[in-house]
Amino acid sequence: MTDDEIIALVERHLFTVAPEFEGETINPETPFRDQFEIDSMDFLNFIIGLHKETRIEIPESDYPRLETLTGCIAYLKEKTAV
Amino acid sequence: MPFLGADMEGGKIVEWLAQPGDTVHHGDIIAVVETEKGAIEIEVFEEGTLGEITAAIGEHRNVGEVLALIETGAASTPPPSAASSHANRPARSPEIPHTRPRVSPVALRRAEELGIDLTTLTGTGHDGAITLADVEQHAELNDQQVKETPFAEPRPKGIDLALMRTAIAASMARSKREIPHYYVSASIDVTKMTVWLESYNTSVSMERRVLPIVPMIKAAALAMKEAPMLNGAWADDRFQQSGEINIGIAIALRGGGLAAPAILGTDGLSIDALMEKLRDLTGRVRQGNMRGSEIGGSTFTVSSVGDGNVEAVLPIIYPPQVAILGLGSICERPWVVDGDVCPRQIVTATVAGDHRASDGRVGARFLETLDRLLQEPEAL
Repeated sequence: MTDDEIIALVERHLFTVAPEFEGETINPETPFRDQFEIDSMDFLNFIIGLHKETRIEIPESDYPRLETLTGCIAYLKEKTAV
Repeated sequence: MPFLGADMEGGKIVEWLAQPGDTVHHGDIIAVVETEKGAIEIEVFEEGTLGEITAAIGEHRNVGEVLALIETGAASTPPPSAASSHANRPARSPEIPHTRPRVSPVALRRAEELGIDLTTLTGTGHDGAITLADVEQHAELNDQQVKETPFAEPRPKGIDLALMRTAIAASMARSKREIPHYYVSASIDVTKMTVWLESYNTSVSMERRVLPIVPMIKAAALAMKEAPMLNGAWADDRFQQSGEINIGIAIALRGGGLAAPAILGTDGLSIDALMEKLRDLTGRVRQGNMRGSEIGGSTFTVSSVGDGNVEAVLPIIYPPQVAILGLGSICERPWVVDGDVCPRQIVTATVAGDHRASDGRVGARFLETLDRLLQEPEAL
């Protein structure tokens, strides 16, 4: 996946769980929790959204890597690189 | 119009989802009503046929007034009961006087001019009589409310955060004014629970993973059985214990505001089912899509600060409830286990109790039970 594809993917699922922020620009280094008031339920729903679209299995131990946009890009690239 | 929570006086019909002649079942949602807590879905508590609708879309009704009639079909029964008459709420029934209130003649005339229902007013005159000033003040308040909530007919469901703030202010001020709170607190080692949950979550599909708050809510519901003096409402100057355990969950809204809808029959739900309820409820609260029984039905509340490093929550009781549990973040701490210091996952649980209804001892027993239950997470 390209960076742009991943950004679009992340935006789609992030703004599904936090529609109040639809249209906002994601600060790449700021944790979603801080920028978009994402709580643990939102985050889980976001992860499930990513999983449903990409079929990537994301263990709980990988959650910290998906807390920012930069983290998501690195993680999803790695997982789809095969 | 069911009573949907503290300080609610009435609501406006936004939508009818059933029409006269439709068959309705227990649990069906037949209407949507706009209140200060957002659009609330009105459920039916009977089986029957929807008869006449007496409150049209856009019309306001006070708590206790009839929205529609339901024909239950039993031949020898009394007249059809109102859709609103069985609102599922702890103990108290709407306090709408059925007799004509005492009122001064000039106030009566003015009320008629303004079209104000006198049964909704509290008199400040001699012997509680309604005075002209009471009527004028009520009319002014109504005007303000109309201005604050412009009501466009096909209105999207949603929450008016300014109105919600007003409701929170009224409810919390009442709590601090009327309820003598006591607090008891315990640091609970939840390492066993987090380890169990980790292994549970790897054994199920991603969609069915469970958040740590879920076993804690379940444990709180079960612990309530050993501290029933915390479960119910303070109404008519006495504690009224509830036979059901409906735990209200404080859910924060983005942009501010808070609602605490109930998970009905919390103690009877499996961890899996409880997680799905919580997911569903969180989503609907944030869209402003709660059901009447969820708003007024809580018998106890849990307020959790969630992820992070906030050690404790010292919560304020939601009237008319008599207790609330505050849960801090789960934090890793040095802990003494069998004489050795080791890192453990610790959560600080704090019970605020209404001292009119119970004593600190009851809160302490609740916390001890909660602790014990959380040491056997697989049994939850």
